[in-house]
Amino acid sequence: MPGSGSRSGVSYDARGLVEPHADMPTNIEVDGGRARFDASALTIRQVNMALRKLIYNDGVTDVTVLNPSSKHSLAVGILKRCRIHFEGSPGWFACGLIDGPEVTINGRVGWSVAENMMSGVVTIERSAGSLTGAAIRGGDLIVKGDVGARTGIDQKGGTIIVTGDVGINTGFMMQRGRQIICGNAGMNLGDSMYDGAIYVAGKVRSLGVDCVPGDWTDADTELIERKFRIHGLGDAPEFQKFVCGKQLHNYDALEPSERKLVIH
Amino acid sequence: MCGIAGVIHRDGTADIGAELTAMLQSMKHRGPDSTGYAVYGPADDLVVIRFVLAEPNKSTGFGMEERLERNRAEVESRLAKIGAEVATVTSDTGYAFRATIRYGGDLKALADYLEDVPGCEVLSLGSSLEIIKDLGDAETVSGQYKLGSFRGTHGIGHVRMATESEVDLASAHPYWAYPFADVAVVHNGQLTNYHQWRRRLEQHGHRFQSECDSEIIAVYLAEYMAQGLSLETAMKHSLDDLDGVFTYVCVTGNELGIAKDEMAAKPLVLFESDPLVAVATEEAAIRALVEREVETRDPYEREVLVWQV
Repeated sequence: MPGSGSRSGVSYDARGLVEPHADMPTNIEVDGGRARFDASALTIRQVNMALRKLIYNDGVTDVTVLNPSSKHSLAVGILKRCRIHFEGSPGWFACGLIDGPEVTINGRVGWSVAENMMSGVVTIERSAGSLTGAAIRGGDLIVKGDVGARTGIDQKGGTIIVTGDVGINTGFMMQRGRQIICGNAGMNLGDSMYDGAIYVAGKVRSLGVDCVPGDWTDADTELIERKFRIHGLGDAPEFQKFVCGKQLHNYDALEPSERKLVIH
Repeated sequence: MCGIAGVIHRDGTADIGAELTAMLQSMKHRGPDSTGYAVYGPADDLVVIRFVLAEPNKSTGFGMEERLERNRAEVESRLAKIGAEVATVTSDTGYAFRATIRYGGDLKALADYLEDVPGCEVLSLGSSLEIIKDLGDAETVSGQYKLGSFRGTHGIGHVRMATESEVDLASAHPYWAYPFADVAVVHNGQLTNYHQWRRRLEQHGHRFQSECDSEIIAVYLAEYMAQGLSLETAMKHSLDDLDGVFTYVCVTGNELGIAKDEMAAKPLVLFESDPLVAVATEEAAIRALVEREVETRDPYEREVLVWQV
């Protein structure tokens, strides 16, 4: 009932929504610049409080979070270079708005992982939900599995690599950056994209509005080989390249400063 | 927002009441207003009816107790008049009832006759389907209706955040596919051609308990199945016929199926193993059922999957 506790030990506010438990967790083990703690019995707020305290206040540069148990919004807004490792699967909105961290997730993630990431590296060892890498501006996001719909929607920079398949509307309104898809792509690939490049090794179910095959250059080969080497992804398969046809959105004629205003 | 969940055991019965409760409670943040279940126990030669005689928030007050008792007696009298032999009638709440009957006649006639009793709404009818829904979260509803001990092979559930209609039973999911036995649906999304399909189905003689678009899906699918189509084929048709953004889960006496529209705009996570299949709006619900790291995935656009008991 609203306002009361429950069998699971979670308390709820008058609306019946979960009341964040905001005490700093006491199960953190710190060893020099490294720390680890088990998140299974912690609230979302407690996990994020612990991460921020360790990284910003305690000088820890390498944190392992055990059993994230599909909790949402973990490690959001970390703006410092550090290493964060999730042993297990976070839920939705993991690692959004980060600028600098190197995150590894030994599990899967729900929707909107690394949304609006500015820089850093996020590596997911299994699959990811929809809206993976939405509006990222920089950094590398690697998913070693399949992802859902709308991967890299509104992408403004950075590189998204998916070793499996992607769903509908991948790269929708993409403005910059690269997507490297090793599997198949769903309908409407690159729909209404402004710029950037999408590389697909598998089949494309259909191209979106104004998304067209692009000319392959040595720079494309260099980029893909470099990314595969850096992230230990083995030999790169053969890709097709897709770009904006410039019929729907074309800002090439603008001055650089004007162009920056439009597509940033 | 809302959250949906489904579970099917392909190797026999399990504590599906408790399992669905754990899944739905983990998604309470998606909808604390009401919780509903469609669960399938072992089928026998009896027909199971779940019905209510009043909305829970209108079930008290001056003379209400007597009115509920009078209407309950009227339901039993009508069951006898229509040729049904009543085996049991029980109630956990005073306003929601479970009856088992021996009846071989037309279920539509039976449902219509019962719903003519003031305040009566038939939530489900069938040989094994039981729809239980009430206000509050999953733990509250499960405790109220003793679902922790419900054993069965499969079921679906829904947590509702009221956004466009009342906090009441009529707006709570799941929906039974009146008048078809043992078919129910939970749905997350919006149908944009709701009125068109409602008119068409009403012209075929169907009536609707609510103004919720989810009820359309249940009746739509059951109508096709009554014409001889399989659940899977009916669900595939729905992807062309129903407009909007939706993910839904449909259950019959021995099947559980999922469908996602072509935009794949509504979430669903799938866990599949040989004995067990579980689906839910969020991964957290899967984790509440399978308390370990498991391989899950998001079904893609226009994907229809059906599993059998």
